[in-house]
Amino acid sequence: MNSVIVRRVLPPVLLGVLALIAWQLVVQLAGIQPYLLPSPLAIWTQVQLIGPLFVPATVATGTNALVGLVIGAVIAILIALLASRLPVVDELIAPIVAAVAVVPIVALAPILGSMFGATSETPRRVIVAIVVFVPVFINTVRGLRQVKPVHRDLMRAYAASNWQISRTVTIPGALPYVFTGLNIASSLAVISAIVAEYFGGLQNGLGSRITSAAANSAYPRAWAYVFAAILLGVVFYGVTLVLERLASRRRT
Amino acid sequence: MRRTAGKRARAIALGTAGVLLLALAWELYKSFGPLAGWGVGGVLLLPRTDDISMPHLGAMLARTAEPLTSAADSQPVWLIVLLGCVSSLGTAFLGLLIGAVVGIGLALVMLRFRVAEAAVLPWLVLSQTVPLIALAPLVVTWGGQLQFGSFSWQRWMSVAVIASYLAFFPVAIGALRGFQSPEVAHTELMHSYAVGWWKTLFYLRLPASVPYLLPAMRLGAASAIIGTVVAEVSTGTEGGIGRLIIEFAQSGSSDPAKAYSPIAGAVLMGLAAAGIVSIMGLALSRYRRNEAQS
Amino acid sequence: MTDSSQHAVEIVGVTKTFAGTGSKRAKSQGDGTVVALDDVSLTVSPGEFVSLIGPSGCGKSTLLRLIGDLDEPTAGTVSVFGKTARQARIDQDYGIAFQSAGLLPWRSVAANIELPLALHRFGARERRDRVAELLSLVGLSDFGDKYPEQLSGGMQQRVAIARSLAEKPRLLLMDEPFGALDEMTRERMQSELVRICAETGAAVVFVTHSIPEAVFLSDRVVVMSPRPGRIREIVPVALGDDRGELLREDSRFFAGVTAVREALHGAPAASAVRGVESR
Repeated sequence: MNSVIVRRVLPPVLLGVLALIAWQLVVQLAGIQPYLLPSPLAIWTQVQLIGPLFVPATVATGTNALVGLVIGAVIAILIALLASRLPVVDELIAPIVAAVAVVPIVALAPILGSMFGATSETPRRVIVAIVVFVPVFINTVRGLRQVKPVHRDLMRAYAASNWQISRTVTIPGALPYVFTGLNIASSLAVISAIVAEYFGGLQNGLGSRITSAAANSAYPRAWAYVFAAILLGVVFYGVTLVLERLASRRRT
Repeated sequence: MRRTAGKRARAIALGTAGVLLLALAWELYKSFGPLAGWGVGGVLLLPRTDDISMPHLGAMLARTAEPLTSAADSQPVWLIVLLGCVSSLGTAFLGLLIGAVVGIGLALVMLRFRVAEAAVLPWLVLSQTVPLIALAPLVVTWGGQLQFGSFSWQRWMSVAVIASYLAFFPVAIGALRGFQSPEVAHTELMHSYAVGWWKTLFYLRLPASVPYLLPAMRLGAASAIIGTVVAEVSTGTEGGIGRLIIEFAQSGSSDPAKAYSPIAGAVLMGLAAAGIVSIMGLALSRYRRNEAQS
Repeated sequence: MTDSSQHAVEIVGVTKTFAGTGSKRAKSQGDGTVVALDDVSLTVSPGEFVSLIGPSGCGKSTLLRLIGDLDEPTAGTVSVFGKTARQARIDQDYGIAFQSAGLLPWRSVAANIELPLALHRFGARERRDRVAELLSLVGLSDFGDKYPEQLSGGMQQRVAIARSLAEKPRLLLMDEPFGALDEMTRERMQSELVRICAETGAAVVFVTHSIPEAVFLSDRVVVMSPRPGRIREIVPVALGDDRGELLREDSRFFAGVTAVREALHGAPAASAVRGVESR
């Protein structure tokens, strides 16, 4: 146990602390102006100063990310189940999935804005859902195909029905993959929710706060909102990581 | 590995059918969907279907061929979009290049020094969970301060830096995994030959990493393009596709079909980048002999 | 004993323990360390074929790895041609083949055999000639341009053996090289190995868990026992230089198999004539 902490936890923590100290020293000693790079202490002061203001902005962006994540993941899992049953579905959507994977989805923000109304949160949630769809879909399909031949033969020997096979072998085997996809998707969801705000629309989230602070040359404040964005990203990542670990622990 | 011609034809036919079905769904919804959209408690859950919100696909295509403005010397929309794509692709490529160099460099350091891997890897993972692209507006202010002699920092360079920040991560992770992929028998063989770290790298680890590097590069390229488009928007960089997306969308109510051209351009950019990586993969096919079918 | 430089391999009082923490290799016992080898001594003469045999966990592979300097002994010394194992590795005094052929998939068969020569900067002409020579030695002259995936398991293993011979080593280390092959391919490969060894005159240390294989190939069979890894008995076989397929049905061969089996199982069963003395 101790050696795990020494080898796995200590080095990154040490590196992080050293980097923060170096950052602080460089900013102070070289006299770097705050509009270039504020010191960590200055950012922290701002964080404490405007702490309460974080909450509504973080909640707005976080809700968009969460709603999009859930909707995108549910649709992705349903279509993946369909595609694993009906190969023709898989073939129909293969090029669309491949294209969505390499295309900047946030670029859809303006037209979604006109489709759903610029004062609505819906466009952002749709963007998050589309972005989330790809990793969850790809991982779920991979998981569903991951059935070990020996298990398939066993179920065949038991003359199990399709539904029994799905329930006892396919779906439990695929679950860890689904959660791996969710884990990848979680950071993308937060990033997309923030970035979508750069393309206009409601000005209530973290992305809008960062741009407006930067536009007003309030750089420590902009960094403070970046700090909040980091926290949000870490929370999403951490929660899905725990879910993934729980799901894969049950796998033998 | 090799698919028969019949299977390939089927994949292409069905793939095309999938795209056509998507287009059909758009037109059907536009014809029969509620004109003002549908929603609960003032929040629209289904989009509006009037011509401003959802133009006909034909109208989008037609608009692409027309000149941008009514001025006599105005260029057609498709040409402007194409030029924007080329400009953004160039920036994204530079970003990917920087990202690949940094990523592979980091992977080498992590490969060489265990401590570095333990110390750096968690931060790399973290760096992607945190939306540092949020920093885009700030990066521009840094660039504005740089000036050496006749060289002055341009905005598109900041865009490339932001793109490289998004691109380096998949490359670093993929390269590290690839460098560590040789079997024990291979590394022990190199050890038995009494060759050093660098020779092992060039003869064994680098070739073995190709199957891992290619998908990483594809991800990196996609990330670089996303980074470029977003950074162009948030930094207001002229000339690229990101700028066109915002600009054309602003004329939304009077000229709704125009907004779709740069988005199609962004899709094309993504596909072009993926295509370039695939061509790279063909050139390196020798190193992908026992790659699992993806 | 005579001057140690006359031995191909000289192992004196070697002990090897693995720490139990974190290592997959070792299932911990008591204090968490595993004794893979306990005070093992063995010499191999130039040109001699010695097999190491024993149940899994008896340390036979570990012993081979110590000779090749892939691992280092906890106590005792390993010398190869009168040098330390490390120096022998740096001087490339041995060639090695593993259970998996371990061919690099992106190099052609010829390029795989050429690998050690390329690594050690032999001239282009010399490399080409040597590769052609080795390809014909292992009977794969027509396959130089093929890639490993296009070859059967037995052919891949022949490429690996050719590669291990590339620098004309005086010592060959082989860790169950035929372990993954089917029985028929295996017997054919054994016959070829006997021929190749006769042609090159190299000493061989050969790890196996097949009794007939050890008897057919070896001058001496080293029988080992596990927990802790020790040499239980050394069975001299020495069936002579003429080892054709007929030998497999010869009574001397069966006597050797019986002797090794009895050594492996500890108590010598009251069996038939013991054609081979065990010292």
